Amino acid sequence: MIEEAVISRVLGQALRTGGDFAEVFVEDKRSSSGRFDDGKVEELGSGRDRGAGIRVVVGETTGFAHTADLSETGLLAAAEAAAGAARGGGGGVRVVELSRVDTSSQPVGTRPEEVAKATKVELLQRADAVARSAGGGAVKQVSASYGDSRRRILVANSDGLLASDDQTRTLFVVGVVAAGDAGMQTGRRSIGHTMGFELFDRYQVEDLAREAAEQALTKLQARPAPSGALPVVIGKGGGGVLFHEACGHGLEADHIQKNVSVFAGRVGQLVASPLVTIIDDGTIANEWGTFAIDDEGTPAQRNILIQDGVLTDYMWDQIRARKEGRALSGNGRRQSYKHLPMVRMTNTVLTNGDTAPEDIIADTPNGVYVAHLGGGQVNTATGDFVFGMTEAYLIEDGKITEPLREGNLIGNGPKVLEMIDAVGNDFEMGPPGTCGKDGQGVPVGDGVPTLRVTSLTVGGTAA
Amino acid sequence: MSEELLQIGDRIVALAKAGEQVEVVVGRSTSTEVRVYEGDVEQLASATSAGIGVRVISGNRQGFAYAGSLDQDVLAETLAEARDNATFATPDEWLGLAEPDGVAVPSLDLYREGLSKISTESKIDLAIELEKAVRASDRRITGIDAADYADGVSEGAVVTTTGIRAASRDSSCYVSVSCVAHDGDDTQTGFGFSVGRMPEDLDIEAAAADAGRRATRLLGATQPKSGRATVVLDPYVTAQFLGIIGSTLSGEAVLKGRSLFAERIGEEVAAAAFTLIDDATNPLAYSASETDGEGLASRRNLLIEGGRLNQFVQNAYTARRSGTVSTANAVRGFSSTPSVGCRALSLAPGTKLQPELLADLGDGVLISSVSGLHSGVNPVSGDFSTGAEGLRISGGQLAEPLREFTIASTLQRMLAEVLAVGADLEWLPMRSAGVSLVVRDVTVSGA
Repeated sequence: MIEEAVISRVLGQALRTGGDFAEVFVEDKRSSSGRFDDGKVEELGSGRDRGAGIRVVVGETTGFAHTADLSETGLLAAAEAAAGAARGGGGGVRVVELSRVDTSSQPVGTRPEEVAKATKVELLQRADAVARSAGGGAVKQVSASYGDSRRRILVANSDGLLASDDQTRTLFVVGVVAAGDAGMQTGRRSIGHTMGFELFDRYQVEDLAREAAEQALTKLQARPAPSGALPVVIGKGGGGVLFHEACGHGLEADHIQKNVSVFAGRVGQLVASPLVTIIDDGTIANEWGTFAIDDEGTPAQRNILIQDGVLTDYMWDQIRARKEGRALSGNGRRQSYKHLPMVRMTNTVLTNGDTAPEDIIADTPNGVYVAHLGGGQVNTATGDFVFGMTEAYLIEDGKITEPLREGNLIGNGPKVLEMIDAVGNDFEMGPPGTCGKDGQGVPVGDGVPTLRVTSLTVGGTAA
Repeated sequence: MSEELLQIGDRIVALAKAGEQVEVVVGRSTSTEVRVYEGDVEQLASATSAGIGVRVISGNRQGFAYAGSLDQDVLAETLAEARDNATFATPDEWLGLAEPDGVAVPSLDLYREGLSKISTESKIDLAIELEKAVRASDRRITGIDAADYADGVSEGAVVTTTGIRAASRDSSCYVSVSCVAHDGDDTQTGFGFSVGRMPEDLDIEAAAADAGRRATRLLGATQPKSGRATVVLDPYVTAQFLGIIGSTLSGEAVLKGRSLFAERIGEEVAAAAFTLIDDATNPLAYSASETDGEGLASRRNLLIEGGRLNQFVQNAYTARRSGTVSTANAVRGFSSTPSVGCRALSLAPGTKLQPELLADLGDGVLISSVSGLHSGVNPVSGDFSTGAEGLRISGGQLAEPLREFTIASTLQRMLAEVLAVGADLEWLPMRSAGVSLVVRDVTVSGA
């Protein structure tokens, strides 16, 4: 993308005012998208974002500047601005020698940019046709969207690191609105992987469309969700967002260092049921939160956060790891070259237990079964979190019975981790997610087997 | 300055072929963001970004492309991409760019030349002052995880082959802080902010006091028992609630069968106390703007009047297809085509401040913050369920703090059960204004 000699000079300029650490992050991202809605191909779109972000760290201060001008002049000007923002005591010329880190990007079978636009449009049409034909006229509206992106990044820093990655992601989403006597309901399904157009060899958009339509149609019969504390069984797959919120964010080292996490100071302690092992793993082949290097150039890693209920470690980025003199964990990520990296999750999973999922349900006299979750939110300082249930059912006498209308569940992270009393053996990754933190969104994955929490507050309206 | 952006638009529009409509949106912004921690600068970022979005409509087909750059080679490539994309879209007879409609562009005075002359040091000082003020506000405040100052100038231009040539420019700044309070084993958090167009508009003391009060008043909170209650939404919560109501009034949601309120123009959809206005010409609104995303003059739209549904909001496309006119509610950045959305929502305020509303009410729950609105509210079905924190209202006064509960109802029912709107209207850093709102018969789920 840019010559090594230029990068060396830019890093030298960035350190001119006495910086302890300097970094150049270059990004070139191309994306394409298609949207089918209301029976029409509404629009195809293309996007191009290209630029560099430069940061300089002096003591506890980080200076940052970004530019869309990738010429040496443009980069030097950004380096000057970042250095000016983080002024140190020393100064003088430093020469940075770079050595390239070997990494291998996730393999791509078929480059999406080489697939004809007409082929992408056809996927959208097929999804629309299948979703509309479901439910004998009850399906009133269908939207389908396709997206792919190729993000090439290069990271170099004053420690001499030079690393690059080429990340291709492909995504497909179907949304359905159905109407019945009790109003309208929605269904939604998405698939997304760090891979190319071969995504559609692995999945059929027709299946996705059918499932989205079924979800909306099922909910037409839904009754109001209960209100109050109940046992909750979380279905395999998308239930991972529960742990993303309940403990993932609280294990990010930035929250720990500022003492705004309920998990601060608890490494080595039992923080969860012994049935719980939680791993953040940026290396799982082709997953949505997978990459070769994070946005600071650190190779992706598999990090055990909680093992058999014991907190083993937090997640780290460059700034926080430097401060504590410890190894990087591959969790330094950013939305784009316009953003500073911070500690972020990758693919967060709760590993298999040994109970059959049907036994967990049969062993629950009454409660709620959550088949699909929406997003969530957490307050890391108090541990209180919520997440939405987009498809849920009542459990009565150990059987899944009636569908429930949507609602949020609320709980407290540390308490919920202790209240997990059954973990299934049917682990699955969930749908692609976007994690928002401090205004930045990054792609993440989640996965869980079926599991049960002895008590969560269900926010419905039924008595 | 904006003339330069208009000229970039002119140059691309001039390349339109016969029978082709071309719209160019150019955006450019500069920003400074400062974060301080324990009296020192933790992060200081300064940036300039620019980009362009091109929409082409040809043979009733639409295509779009954008680029985060104003480089010459990129501009030409973007037009070519948009043109190519258009060939794959389904023809739609209602497609078309906005056209000048004779409404005069208001002069809102949203730009301050002086912002660029403010030194970085004085911006840092504001954030440090804010952090100190929060710490000093209460001895139980034990941590400040972020104290920020940020400002920015953004400029935009829209040029089309249909005769639109509009430019806008505004400046804004804000401070925000989030803090942690401890008492014994209990931890709570609070946030505060202040917004303005120049640093001198910012009220550091008020932002600090808000953050401290929000955190400390929740110390000792317990989970309430489940039941039904009348709730009072704090202004900040009401503003978030209005954002959701606004999304159900989009002409696009109506056309596509995703609005709760389709076919209900002229009907009672809310209690009589509920009058909802969308007005981006109000200079007090943080999101005020002289023109919309398609370059039409902003205007005041009365959406719900005394509980009666008066109109939906429209952009050029949804208006044409609905047989009406654009209400100047095209919402977009340069990286997307215009959607339809409310731009500066507010309720017509009532006559009583929050303490009087509480006194009238007697018993209920004050909702001081909500979480998970994006996951627990479905604007299509109307199901509403959100995590909440707050205080019990007992004997007309605030009583013990409450946490880890949800409030649930449906949007339709909440609108019908609005008992009163407060007099405490305030503009917040979002597309809607806050005001206290009293809503009857909401389900509280807790222990």
